[in-house]
Amino acid sequence: MPERKRTRLAAERVADLIQTLAGRGYTVIGPTVRDGAVVYEEIADAQDLPRGWTDRQEPGRYRLEPRADGAWFGYNLGPQSWKRHLFPPQTKLFTAERADGLFRILGPEAERRPRAFIGVRACELAAIAAQDQVLLEGPFRDGLYAARREGVFIVAVSCTLAAPTCFCASLGTGPQAPGELCDIVLTEVVNGADHWFLAEAEGARGAEVLDRLAAEPCTEDDSRRAGAAVYAAAQSQTRRVDCDGLREALEDNFEHDRWDAVARRCLACGNCTMVCPTCFCTTMEDFSDVEGSRAERWRRWDSCFTATFSYIHGGSVRTSVKARYRQWLMHKLATWIDQFGTPGCVGCGRCITWCPVGIDLTEEARAICRDGNDGNTVA
Amino acid sequence: MMPGPWQVRRVSKETPDTFTLVLEPLNGGRGGFRPGQFSMLWVFGVGELPISISGDPAEEKSLTYTVRSVGPATQALISRSVGQELGVRGPFGAGWPVDQARGRDVLVVAGGIGLAPLRPVIYHVLDHRKDYGRLVIAYGARSPRDLLYRKELAQWARQKDVQVLTTVDYGGVSWRGRVGVVTSLFRFMRLQPARTTAMVCGPEIMMRLVARELTTRGLAAGDLYLSMERNMKCGVGFCGHCQWGPHFICKDGPVFPYSRIAPLLDRYEL
Ligand SMILES: Cc1cc2nc3c(=O)[nH]c(=O)nc-3n(C[C@H](O)[C@H](O)[C@H](O)COP(=O)(O)OP(=O)(O)OC[C@H]3O[C@@H](n4cnc5c(N)ncnc54)[C@H](O)[C@@H]3O)c2cc1C
Ligand code: SF4
Ligand code: SF4
Repeated sequence: MPERKRTRLAAERVADLIQTLAGRGYTVIGPTVRDGAVVYEEIADAQDLPRGWTDRQEPGRYRLEPRADGAWFGYNLGPQSWKRHLFPPQTKLFTAERADGLFRILGPEAERRPRAFIGVRACELAAIAAQDQVLLEGPFRDGLYAARREGVFIVAVSCTLAAPTCFCASLGTGPQAPGELCDIVLTEVVNGADHWFLAEAEGARGAEVLDRLAAEPCTEDDSRRAGAAVYAAAQSQTRRVDCDGLREALEDNFEHDRWDAVARRCLACGNCTMVCPTCFCTTMEDFSDVEGSRAERWRRWDSCFTATFSYIHGGSVRTSVKARYRQWLMHKLATWIDQFGTPGCVGCGRCITWCPVGIDLTEEARAICRDGNDGNTVA
Repeated sequence: MMPGPWQVRRVSKETPDTFTLVLEPLNGGRGGFRPGQFSMLWVFGVGELPISISGDPAEEKSLTYTVRSVGPATQALISRSVGQELGVRGPFGAGWPVDQARGRDVLVVAGGIGLAPLRPVIYHVLDHRKDYGRLVIAYGARSPRDLLYRKELAQWARQKDVQVLTTVDYGGVSWRGRVGVVTSLFRFMRLQPARTTAMVCGPEIMMRLVARELTTRGLAAGDLYLSMERNMKCGVGFCGHCQWGPHFICKDGPVFPYSRIAPLLDRYEL
């Protein structure tokens, strides 16, 4: 097991962290405020971070508010996830050229610049692990994803604050960022003027970067205080998914009035699938020029909420919104377990916040399982 | 996700809307597949489709497909002419249980284009005649002119220990064969359920009826296999479209033992 290096980092050293990573040739991608939301984009320096902002989230509602304490990472999650950078909304698979009825495939333009992600939350690490499982660890490997994923330097940030929509604690995916999958884990402690980071390096690459940052040794007390702040964030979560027996309960309630009730509210807009950091479904699109001598094939995110998703000639398999919502929720909380051994939900709450009508999967799952199949309840 | 270049070597018309294409590799591609597997066929600038391999698995120099035109991409496929190129990925998926069926009787039940993915099983059994018991082929199509491989059906019927039964939904005046759904052929089969492995492909509703009928006749659910069909964009478990309950039909199937999927077949809009 690689040595875990623990240090205490003064708050303003975040700027040096970004510069150090940039100096090592990484394109640094991190949180920044754009159009009233925290998004993950290329950042030049610490000035770009959402310092002094926090997010207020509720079902169907998101807004940024200033916070006075100057925390660098004093918000939870925006609509985007790291999926945007690892598995972009659209990717060109290849270009092909044709002459005399024969074509030549010009391979994909492989990635590319080494990148560093800064500000990855615990649930998002779990989501990256989930996508790795789908795209890299099965019988087939997605070379385009692999090229984007490999070598990414990850600076995770444990949460010391939870939005009302968060429920990672019940799924065991957060709020403490685990050491696996990342190079450095930061925990921001801010208490008036007492503002610093517990910075833990996972492995040599992370340790080497921390060594450059004039980090001080960290005391037992520092560790304890950082841990307590994360624990408090876990304790403050009110939503939860109870995993015990959930898969079986959902399986048993394939027919349940609650599916009809939620279908009456659901707009089948697909927002939930677009913001979800684990959703991986895609469709393909082909383009060709007018002469038919050049063609491109693109892959883009798709959503199981569209009618065309399940189309086979003659019609769609899932014609009703009920069937589509059920497919989505069952996949997240039941069949993903059959397929990959863990739920396909990491508890980030994005689908709750960004659902225009505020549908909450934790509530739907609970209602379906708690009420059994007796046809109860509309929320 | 990159198709290899293959060239159309032969096109033959099976029915008014169904054609068989024989492809050979350019750039050193190879054939070889297990009966029941499919390829993703890419038509330049049009799209990519899952199509079962319908040729002889012993033939390694070419791949054969039988395609029914139901929309723009399948129409583009059957409109290819000799010498033109197609992109091929695969072969993908779990095939028919030809190894487990060794030493047993084999029942092939097909509806419509469903005979295409089963033809490699028939070739395989006939190529390894001593390894298998009786071969019974029960095949139904909409009308006489929709019957695929009519010459071959007649040839197979003349072989020892092979029984070929065909039926159509609508016969017309000149049809002298049977009329009715494919399950109506079962009373003519000479088979012992306990030593039979059945392989079924056709419209889902037909497969459901066939499975029910065969199990009622004493065939074990574990000796009965169905080939499932769902929308597929990638063939390798990435695109998510072919999910059917816990299964990705492209990589867990398309062929499944009935014992594993019977409860799912009853779930409407799954
Ligand atoms: C494993 C497998 C094996 C198959 N083998 C054969 C075969 O041997 N011969 C044959 O003629 N057909 C076969 N099909 C069906 C064939 O793929 C569809 O008929 C074809 O995709 C229809 O495309 P289209 O554009 O012509 O028609 P449209 O109906 O216009 O289809 C539009 C789009 O929907 C999707 N789609 C529609 N129907 C299907 C379908 N049934 N399965 C998957 N995607 C679909 C495709 O992405 C297609 O591009 C198979 C399907 C599967 C899943
Ligand atoms: S299902 Fe919702 S809460 Fe779960 S990971 Fe996806 S967006 Fe987050
Ligand atoms: S659950 Fe909400 S976000 Fe998802 S499709 Fe329905 S209305 Fe849209």
